[in-house]
Amino acid sequence: MKWDVSRVNEWTADEFPRGAVIPEGGNSHDYVTGGWRSERPVRDDEVCTQCLLCWIFCPDTSVVVRDEKVVGFDLDHCKGCGICANECPTNPKFGRKAIEMVPEGCELPGVK
Amino acid sequence: MLQQKTVASTGNSLVAEAMRQCAPDVMAAYPITPQTTIVEEYAKFVADGRVHTEYVTVESEHSAMSACVGASAAGARVMTATCSQGLAFMWEQLYIAAGLRLPIVMANANRALAAPINIHCDHSDVMGCRDSGWLILFAETAQEAYDNTIMATRIAEHPDVLLPVMTCLDGFITTHSIDRAQVMDDETVKGFVGEYRATNMLLDTDNPVSHGNFAGLGGTYFEFKKQHRQAMNGALKVVKEVGAEFAELSGRPFGVIEGWGMEDAETAIVCIGSTAGNARHVARELRAKGEKVGVLKVRCFRPFPAADIAAALKRLKAVAVLDRSESFGEGGPLFLEVRSALYDLETRVPLVNYIYGLGGADVRLELIERVFSDLSDIAAGNAAPGALQYLGTR
Repeated sequence: MKWDVSRVNEWTADEFPRGAVIPEGGNSHDYVTGGWRSERPVRDDEVCTQCLLCWIFCPDTSVVVRDEKVVGFDLDHCKGCGICANECPTNPKFGRKAIEMVPEGCELPGVK
Repeated sequence: MLQQKTVASTGNSLVAEAMRQCAPDVMAAYPITPQTTIVEEYAKFVADGRVHTEYVTVESEHSAMSACVGASAAGARVMTATCSQGLAFMWEQLYIAAGLRLPIVMANANRALAAPINIHCDHSDVMGCRDSGWLILFAETAQEAYDNTIMATRIAEHPDVLLPVMTCLDGFITTHSIDRAQVMDDETVKGFVGEYRATNMLLDTDNPVSHGNFAGLGGTYFEFKKQHRQAMNGALKVVKEVGAEFAELSGRPFGVIEGWGMEDAETAIVCIGSTAGNARHVARELRAKGEKVGVLKVRCFRPFPAADIAAALKRLKAVAVLDRSESFGEGGPLFLEVRSALYDLETRVPLVNYIYGLGGADVRLELIERVFSDLSDIAAGNAAPGALQYLGTR
């Protein structure tokens, strides 16, 4: 059963779980935790060899894999740490990595 | 009546023995004088197979308490011991243990804090962390150190408390002196403390939980502090109940405060720990001369038994509060609490504060006699309660 936090803003001291325990696991799915990312990973599907190193190394399980292939990033939870881009091997055929980090917000009008 | 064994033992040996009888699942500890023999003797119990505790030898006290926090959150019964610089080094983890509501039991062998460096008794280590949200019990004797350890286990793990408890004994005076004490058999202690059944345990994978969470804006942190305060307030009743049950079992009375001659005393000394013995000795001699003097020992400092203290002191003509630690404010920590407890009384009780025995300075009987003599002058109207005094300095 899901932990009902719909009234959390009205809870009194007695209603909070003792000692600030969260009484359920894996609930970060329910929250957007990537809001403070300053850089975002971008993957070039043509360059990517599907080695899955990014998926192995991502500390926030934010590399989305379907049918054993990387299909994108979970930007609701990616913190922009850049480990995926760092670990991504250079593809000799292209002379570059499939993943690079780009600053967030630069596609907004007037921002360079 | 339960059969108990009378032993000659040090306070530290008896704390180690009590811990063995309470059988914690995990002990993570680092040795420091004068606590060392507690964890040393406990390590021997583990090595000899006399207790099935996971004994974690860590590289510092900060790591010791960190390991205790982790083990307790995992669902284990956890104990440790430290003092002085070690307690100071545990600082941030003390608040975390209390804030996470983890019922860890820790012995503290009261010792002065540097500088200048000193290894002897005073209460500045424990008094420094009196605001950390731990329960704090003090022992006068090796016997009380043994008894407090067993009671602390029950108190900490009580569903209405679930807070860590520090059981304090005076460095060297109580930790290392050989004292006579009565020890219960293992089965009796086991029955008294019961089996610990943790709630919200990390190792219960069928019911996953997370500990150490963020409580940020919007006042949630504040609500958790209120929850903690309510638990601390409620803990006083539990300390008294567990104490009464233990007293029934052991035949040794327990009070959050323990008075001697307080029924008809006109003046009294309020103190903590081993000094109470000296104070009672002098009080007995003065009683023999017809002086109505008393001694009030505070055995439970957190939660602070303010109402009990006010009731015990309200009729007195003069009271001295003896602090074995400095706060460099308007008085020692015990004085500030006692004075606050008396503020709402109809009649003002003249109160004086003495700082004594810092860094193991001897609490000689003539010093206690001088305090009673000062009190007698105040009670007779021949002197006014003065400012804080250092007792026994040159």
